[in-house]
Amino acid sequence: MSVRVYVPCDSGALSMGAERVAKAIRAEAERRGLVIELVRNGSRGLYWLETLVEVGTADGRVAYGPVKVADVASLFDADFLHGGAHALHLGITDQLPWLKNQERLTFARVGITDPVSLDDYLAHDGYRGLRNALAMTPDAIVQQVTDSGLRGRGGAAFPTGIKWKTVAGCVADQKYIVCNADEGDSGTYSDRMIMEDDPYVLIEGMTIAAIAVGATQGYIYLRSEYPHALVSLNTAIERAQAAGYLGEHILGSAHTFHLEVRRAAGAYVCGEETSLLESLEGKRGLVRFKPPLPAIEGLFGKPTVVNNVISLATVPIVLDKGAEYYRDYGMGRSRGTLPIQLAGNIKQPGLVEKAFGVTLRELLYDYGGGSASGRPIRAVQVGGPLGAYLPESQFDTPLDYEKFSEIWAVLGHGGIVAFDDTVDMAKMARYAFEFCAVESCGKCTPCRIGSTRGVEVMDNIMQGKQVSKNIALVRDLSDTLLNGSLCALGGMTPYPVLSALNHFPEDFSKASAITSETALADPA
Amino acid sequence: MVQGHNELIAEKIEAHRGMAGGLLPLLHAVQDAIGYIPEESYPAIAKGMNLSVAEVHGVVGFYHHFRTHAPGRHILQVCRAESCQAMGCSELEHYVKARLGVDYHGTSADHAVTLEPVYCLGNCALSPAVMFDEQVLGRVDKATIDELLNTLEAA
Ligand SMILES: Cc1cc2nc3c(=O)[nH]c(=O)nc-3n(C[C@H](O)[C@H](O)[C@H](O)COP(=O)(O)O)c2cc1C
Ligand code: SF4
Ligand code: FES
Repeated sequence: MSVRVYVPCDSGALSMGAERVAKAIRAEAERRGLVIELVRNGSRGLYWLETLVEVGTADGRVAYGPVKVADVASLFDADFLHGGAHALHLGITDQLPWLKNQERLTFARVGITDPVSLDDYLAHDGYRGLRNALAMTPDAIVQQVTDSGLRGRGGAAFPTGIKWKTVAGCVADQKYIVCNADEGDSGTYSDRMIMEDDPYVLIEGMTIAAIAVGATQGYIYLRSEYPHALVSLNTAIERAQAAGYLGEHILGSAHTFHLEVRRAAGAYVCGEETSLLESLEGKRGLVRFKPPLPAIEGLFGKPTVVNNVISLATVPIVLDKGAEYYRDYGMGRSRGTLPIQLAGNIKQPGLVEKAFGVTLRELLYDYGGGSASGRPIRAVQVGGPLGAYLPESQFDTPLDYEKFSEIWAVLGHGGIVAFDDTVDMAKMARYAFEFCAVESCGKCTPCRIGSTRGVEVMDNIMQGKQVSKNIALVRDLSDTLLNGSLCALGGMTPYPVLSALNHFPEDFSKASAITSETALADPA
Repeated sequence: MVQGHNELIAEKIEAHRGMAGGLLPLLHAVQDAIGYIPEESYPAIAKGMNLSVAEVHGVVGFYHHFRTHAPGRHILQVCRAESCQAMGCSELEHYVKARLGVDYHGTSADHAVTLEPVYCLGNCALSPAVMFDEQVLGRVDKATIDELLNTLEAA
């Protein structure tokens, strides 16, 4: 039997040269007259080790990494095809502590299977949730999702089952399932990984949602920055359809569900659910007033479920293993697991799926291995560009929606961006205003005008001009944004701004200190 | 507008007529095919999609992704978002701008590269990241940029 060699096709791995590594391995095997079966799997999520190459052995898959093209010949010399010793040899993949200590539920298959192989998906427990759902009443499906405690992973953490129940309870000639795949938050990539590395789990989750609420049409609103995800989703949809998992009479049942990917066009605000719906309707992405809720009047005015990729991709395991199984993970009112994304200045960045309750410190040091630069980690931003910056004194906070709100922070979509002690937090506060100005939909004055004003004020602070007066102005502006914004883009920009100011005030008076020092040293 | 574009755009309009919420897919199809959305095509697009020219204008202008002028032969997007900042992207930005001799949204004099800012490519585990056409690059440094641009110049 030929040896199986796995080289990821995930765009993160590709960004480190996985395509060239795959080609080199194929060529070298041919040159040596060895027969191998090259599988293009997803990424295991240990990104600092990409390109992570695995070989199938009797003891399990053995990992090597990070592999560069230049390493390929020596890997063959070391008989890596049989798990031979080599400087890049890491051991049995599943036994790597970084992976072994995770609780991979939503990400159960990611990195293991060939993402677009339906056979692989089925062989790894795929579509078991849908089969169970088809034997249940729609009410029972909604109940199961409610009982699992699953809350929306897009940021607002609204209970998924309750949203579904509202849509299920509406009487309408047409209902929609919309997957929010805009993943605009910097420092996050779990949606991308699901779509590139296990697209069927998202398709299955959406299909279950459709059956539960009585929808027949679904859209995946995919950010335009993800061309690789577009290809894998479209391939998977086509194959699922051909095999009877999508379209009419799903698996011979009376249910119909059509699914289509729609590309976004690079507006962050279109991740907000009502702006997203406007965009799907072919319009500018202006945020809508609520009510009406999208669940009642959503896409084209019809009842619509809008859920994040991770929320939907978690549904299959809930339906497969039961609500209790999922709910047993986690703490407090944060049930189940969260796919956490370690990013920024971190030595071992990657995807860590853990039950809620793990602390930032464990994530940053046990998993992350500290900073990439070797300098102390000074601040972390959790929850994307609208999330607060946390100082070291808050690193023992457990990941839990309520614990985070107690310290005026958010978990958001689970992205953690680390900064070392070279970071200038005044610059980060300025950037938060700048981002808000660039991405504002323009509907509210504080967001449209106030953000630009915030940039100017921060510039003055950074130049040491009337610092205390300008800091008071930043607080005023933040108040206005907090209270006068229709959506969280304006409404939460104060989180990064004020947390930077409150936790790192020294960075806001640096310029004045420098200016006065220079003034003293060099009396012109 | 370049000759032949009219026909191509007319084809795309025909393919998207009647599609629910079809304006964005149509605009994508046009930009994918010719690299931008010529303003001269707005009346035809508006007519085909049953909209006013002002509406088409508004939509094209709202989205960062859509371009109204022909870009260079390649597009280089540099990520400016937080994770990439934590790994030194601002230095990289300065370097790229200086090498190409342009600011963001500009096209190099030889028309080879249009430079665009981008706010996260989902490659934050391998920051700083850039996207060259549809190819994502991770842990990018000046050497990566040099290699990329030198190959272009050699080609
Ligand atoms: C400015 C802004 C951007 C957002 N971006 C996203 C996004 O990229 N992806 C996402 O799933 N939710 C995003 N949200 C949250 C959505 O509005 C919405 O809460 C979510 O799609 C609901 O799905 P969930 O309940 O499964 O989380 C954003 C919200 C705001 C205010
Ligand atoms: S807060 Fe900003 S982005 Fe949100 S609706 Fe108002 S103007 Fe638009
Ligand atoms: S922040 Fe640069 S790729 Fe995500």
